[in-house]
Formats: sequence, structure tokens, C-alpha cells
Amino acid sequence: MLGEMIREMPPARQRLDPVRQMQRAQADLNRLFGGLRFDTETEFPSLNLWTSPNGAVVAAEVPGVPPEDIDITVRRDTVTIRGTRPPEPTEGGTVVLRQERMHGPFARTIVLPFRIDTDKASAKFERGVVILTLPRPEDDKPRQIKVARS
Amino acid sequence: MNQLQSNASSASAESTNAGPIFTPPADILEKSDAVVMLLDVPGADPASLDVTLDKRVLTVTARVTSTAPEGSAPAYIEFRNGTYERRFAFSEPMDGESIDATLKDGVLRLTVPKATDTGAKKISVKAE
Repeated sequence: MLGEMIREMPPARQRLDPVRQMQRAQADLNRLFGGLRFDTETEFPSLNLWTSPNGAVVAAEVPGVPPEDIDITVRRDTVTIRGTRPPEPTEGGTVVLRQERMHGPFARTIVLPFRIDTDKASAKFERGVVILTLPRPEDDKPRQIKVARS
Repeated sequence: MNQLQSNASSASAESTNAGPIFTPPADILEKSDAVVMLLDVPGADPASLDVTLDKRVLTVTARVTSTAPEGSAPAYIEFRNGTYERRFAFSEPMDGESIDATLKDGVLRLTVPKATDTGAKKISVKAE
């Protein structure tokens, strides 16, 4: 009975290791303040991807970039959205109080799990969002195979 | 110097609309006679845009209600429908009557002129 009551203590070095405690506190703080970070997206533009048996639809948020400045390249199974967002011109006497919006060149590439019919791909732009419709080639679309009882 | 504070989250009051509340990133430039603000609100419906200056607090709200493409299933989503909302508190009086607001290509551009006649009187102090 006495043997069960005696709990085995870990070696003293592992118990109160101040370095390990500080590292754990730092990780906790990172996690806490990471969640409160104000600008959530580090990638520009933000992308949404929908898929269907006929192909894919990609939506990208590109506010402030006119459609003629957006460069979209499609090949085989990849789409690349590229462009530049110029900063607001400021003349002398203007004070920049806050700059949170991303400026400068941007590029993002999506690799799809299927090939795209590049001739039939299209893009439209509305309200600062560019929507790409990327259909699959007809002979590459999935086919249902009927199972016949023999 | 015009100091602007903003509420990044409206944790005190919940929105009655469904969907998350987004804080649009803003660039703020102070010119000699006005403050120019640029907010990224891609996908915002112009009819839902609301810009209000109440005393010294400027509130901007807009809704995004785009629909997903027909017959497709979402595979990877980084942005969703919801409400853009952000508040700014100016440190000096601004002219709320003549705010110029333009929504183009998903960017809201606000030009808020500074108040010229505030009615405030400066009192000189005689030191003895």
C-alpha cells in the first residue's frame, strides 16, 4: 500500500525548467495575439474556388485594380492572376495617416486537379471581384459507366 | 495633426444580419482641407452602402450578398458573404454635409472636408 501512495516525482530538472516555461508562455501569447491580428489575409488577392463536373469557377477580390490591368493566364491545369495595384498619388502637404491596403505587384496561381479548355475560359469583372469560368475539355469530363448484370 | 482612432471590432453590439462582419482595410490621407479615406470593399452592393457622420464618428457599412455559381460545390473559400463595417473617430470637427463618397471597382473613396466654421471660440489667457 505504501508503494502505491508514493508517486514517482520526475527529475527536478524537468519540473521547473524556466526556459521551457518561457517558451510555452511565448507560444501562448503568439496564439492569443495571432487571433487578434487585424489584417487577416496575407495573400492578395483572396480567392474562392468552386468545382463541378463541368469545370471550375474562381473568384478573386481585386478592389481598385481596373480589369485592363489584370493579367490572367490559363494553361493546362493552372490559372495565374497577376497585376499591380498602384498606390494613391500624394502631392506634397499630404500626410499619410494610415496605410493598410496592399500596394504594388501581386500574383497568385491555382493548380486545378483537371485540365482546362483554354479556348472556352472566360472572365468577367464586377464590383472589384474578377470571376473566371474555366470549363473542362469535353473529352476530359467525367463519364458515368453503367454496370450491367451479366 | 488629425488623429484617427478606429474600432476594429464591434464586440459590444451584435449585427442583426446573418454572416460575419469584416473590417475593410483603409488608407487614410490627410490633406490641408480634407481627409481622404480609401476602403477596400470588394463585392459590396452599392445599394447597401451606408456612410454616416455623427458628431465626430464616421461609420461605414456595406453588405456583400453574392451567390455561388450554379451547380458547383465550394472547393476552397477565402472570402465569404457578410457585412463590411468600420468606424472612425475624428479628432477635429468635420463637415458632414459635404462628404463625397464614390464606390468604384470595389474601393470606397471618401473625401471628408474639415469644418471651416466650427463656432468654437479661442479664448486667450492673460497671465499675471
